[in-house]
Amino acid sequence: MDRLIQLDLAGLTVRELNQFLHQELPSRGAGWHVDVLNPNGMHNLAVGLNASVDVDIRGHAGYFIAGMNQQARVTVHGNVGWSVAENIMSGSVRVKGCASECAAASGHGGLVVIEQDASSRCGISMKGCDIVVGGSVGHLSAFMAQAGTLVVRGNAGPGLGDSLYEAVIYVGGEIHSLGADAREEPMQMEDHARVAELLTRAGFPAETGRFKRIASARSLYHWHADAGDRY
Amino acid sequence: MCGIVGFLARDTRLRESLGEFVVPMLTCMGERGPDSAGLAIFSDDLPDGLRRYSFYTSVRTFDWLRFLEDFAAATEATAEIDVVESHAVLMTSATPAMVNEWLAARRDPIHLLSVGRKIDVYKDEGHPADISRRYGFTAFTGSHAVGHTRMATESAVSPAHAHPFTAGEDFCLVHNGSLSNPYSIRRRLEKKGVRFETDNDTEAACRFLEWRMREGDPLERALERGFDELDGFYTLLMATADKLVLVRDAFACKPAVVAETDEYVAISSEYRALAHLPGVKGARIFEPVPEQIYSWTA
Repeated sequence: MDRLIQLDLAGLTVRELNQFLHQELPSRGAGWHVDVLNPNGMHNLAVGLNASVDVDIRGHAGYFIAGMNQQARVTVHGNVGWSVAENIMSGSVRVKGCASECAAASGHGGLVVIEQDASSRCGISMKGCDIVVGGSVGHLSAFMAQAGTLVVRGNAGPGLGDSLYEAVIYVGGEIHSLGADAREEPMQMEDHARVAELLTRAGFPAETGRFKRIASARSLYHWHADAGDRY
Repeated sequence: MCGIVGFLARDTRLRESLGEFVVPMLTCMGERGPDSAGLAIFSDDLPDGLRRYSFYTSVRTFDWLRFLEDFAAATEATAEIDVVESHAVLMTSATPAMVNEWLAARRDPIHLLSVGRKIDVYKDEGHPADISRRYGFTAFTGSHAVGHTRMATESAVSPAHAHPFTAGEDFCLVHNGSLSNPYSIRRRLEKKGVRFETDNDTEAACRFLEWRMREGDPLERALERGFDELDGFYTLLMATADKLVLVRDAFACKPAVVAETDEYVAISSEYRALAHLPGVKGARIFEPVPEQIYSWTA
């Protein structure tokens, strides 16, 4: 059984919360569980964690929640604002509600789960993390995404995967439009396995039949002098 | 960066507390816009034939009673005035044309902020919390309100450059973002006789929309034209005599969040400005999507 600590932001500053999570909590060893009460849309909660701990944020939170996360498992029981799990390195971040723009932007590793919708630019410039969105994503999601996997159970907005590098996107619903250099490719056995594994880890049914695979056509990888007017 | 807030009381009992709901929202959004702030508040109609004119003066010693006496004598209109700090509301039977003509002849150090049967506009330099306190926003009552906290990026910090902007009657607009073609819009409108008061980009959007409404477009149609005409980044929150209207541009890189309950609609740049509202935890909370027109009626 985890040992529980409750921290109430009604009487604690964000800096005090984060200092506790950075310094005191890891020194107590493994198996701790922190409940953060009254987040009330505050920004920068549980940023920069680097310990194998569980943090539950009980309510709607603001911008940059659980940014730069390493090892920790952070769950937000509500919605989040912009840039949740920005630059996540490892561990996991779960949002039970919706996420605003730039969810998991630049994420290098770990798993980010948005149980409902994520807004525009979800997974922008992702560099190796995995993202599972239970609902839909907004425009320009996975823009310039370099590595990792974005799984969207619902629909994708305009310009999906614009200027994509080696990240791969799987969409279960409708795609409004693909961005430059993104293309649909046939789903292979390993694609179904990859989506099923991520859906299972995210806590969703591993039904992969309706998913499409979107990857880079790699036509923007090299500069073509003869086609300069097309850039 | 700037902050926007809006509140519309669906339950008429909340009208008595409008200022109490809005001031914490405005104060919280002071972190997004600490240099100046403004509030437009829509209260009950004046009796038939009367209008409200909100004024700002930078001259603290300005003699408003003398102003009122001169105005009443010159226009022979009924007139009352309420003065708080640098702000005055003139309630009169004089038409906007009469008031403007009279003002133009006098060159008083005052600035006309709004005209209408419901709207009062307050705006000034300083932190939103200080401005709210100085002008007694907490005591305000009414059906709906729109507020703005400004962090200036494209034109001067002054009361005139603060939002809300108004044009015509009972219409105002606040803006988070920046327009890249305000001057071309302005040049087009000026040829049609529209007059501008500042070099602020938001004023171009405000006057463009009001011009379209004068030409017969409903606000929603004017906004659809605006999606083609206004180039730049914007979350625009507007109010008319009985509505709040919200749009975001196609890029939607300027934030907004809406909380709706049976009792009220509350809008802000960030959720934290809504967190104090009663029943907000059970509200329908959503982020408005790009180029969709959201409208709520008081």
